[in-house]
Amino acid sequence: MLIEVEHVSHGYGDRRVLDDVSVALDQRRIGLIGPNGSGKSTFARLLNALVLPIRGCVRMDGLDTAREAKAIRRRVGFCFTDPDAQIVMPTVAEDVAFGLRRRGLHRTEVATRVAAALQANGLAEYRDHPAHLLSGGQKQLLALASVLVTEPDLLVLDEPTTLLDLRNARRIADVVAALPQQVVLVTHHLELLTQFDRVLVIDDGRIIADGNPQEATAHYVRQMTR
Amino acid sequence: MIGIYVPGNSGIHRAPAGLKLLLLMLVGTASALLLSRPWQVGAALLIVVGSYQFAGLGWRAPLDQLRPLLWLLAGVAAFNALTSGWAHAVLIVGTVSLLVLLAGLVTLTTRTSDLADVAVTTVRPVGRLGVDPERLGLLLALGIRSVPVVVDLAVEVRDAQHARGLGRDPRAFAVPLIVRSLRHADALSEALVARGADD
Repeated sequence: MLIEVEHVSHGYGDRRVLDDVSVALDQRRIGLIGPNGSGKSTFARLLNALVLPIRGCVRMDGLDTAREAKAIRRRVGFCFTDPDAQIVMPTVAEDVAFGLRRRGLHRTEVATRVAAALQANGLAEYRDHPAHLLSGGQKQLLALASVLVTEPDLLVLDEPTTLLDLRNARRIADVVAALPQQVVLVTHHLELLTQFDRVLVIDDGRIIADGNPQEATAHYVRQMTR
Repeated sequence: MIGIYVPGNSGIHRAPAGLKLLLLMLVGTASALLLSRPWQVGAALLIVVGSYQFAGLGWRAPLDQLRPLLWLLAGVAAFNALTSGWAHAVLIVGTVSLLVLLAGLVTLTTRTSDLADVAVTTVRPVGRLGVDPERLGLLLALGIRSVPVVVDLAVEVRDAQHARGLGRDPRAFAVPLIVRSLRHADALSEALVARGADD
């Protein structure tokens, strides 16, 4: 999917969080790094029209997010930092089925795809388990499974490992690494980006570095330790 | 936890959600209208608690359903005992407990999505009046899902309150709980949009 961000600015009240950002992205693995409050999450939210630019435009494979939000959300999945905020149904299988049911898929197809998604993410034994009783890592896996079951072309992940311990963070990273989809990953865990195709460094609402993971993370580390 | 589906294979689990809701409505109405003596209420409670065992929910499940209401029930019992006598107090408190236990039995043995489907089907005929049945079903599911979330938030806020030595100050409990609940609601609405709830 070709992501085109053209002269985009966004802010909350008087605070400008993105300032005239322009970039085109078509790589399979794209990383976004930057300090807290730099505008990374806002940038990520632009990609499936959760946030619309105040100025400029964002196009996903030619579709303008301001006009084609629903069509874009069907192709762009979004995974949040806190899985508790993303899990909307009481039990594991029901939550995975949620997106499919909203799309009006037949009950049989929903059941088949839910079973496959649970199996693929190691959640099959928790099918009827109350979602709020899962561990943090399992909740994040559930959040991922619930998005992936809708088969998006692009998956945007906003700091999916921030609230997890090392083992669970590794597990999520392995799942993400194995995905066939295009991925945009916002993270503070720089080691997750070593195999990525392209990494953007965002600071103070602007892209201050853009390149391969080694160059971009080195720039970021220098910037943060100055 | 209150009202969250507990997996099982009992006859009650397998019964259609619509039938369970219909029976809940009928039995609930009949209980309120027909039970007039304490022994009748006692017998009905025994049958309902027995149904919990039949559904494989254990002995603690009925108590878990009533625990959040204990103070309320105690208050109602005391008031009725003073104003109308103990027999009336037993009747009122017993009937309320019976209704809560029956509703709990339905939600504990029925998937939320099945309950939501019944709500959607029931409301569909009035869809032309502007009621969106799908949204109503979603609202029901979100309501049930939100119970454990708010309970968890309350526990976290209470722990933080104790850690900071604020004792039982109700304001120190209520304000952060409301703020965090509203933040959660915000995040949830964003997630719903991202997951295609407005499709």
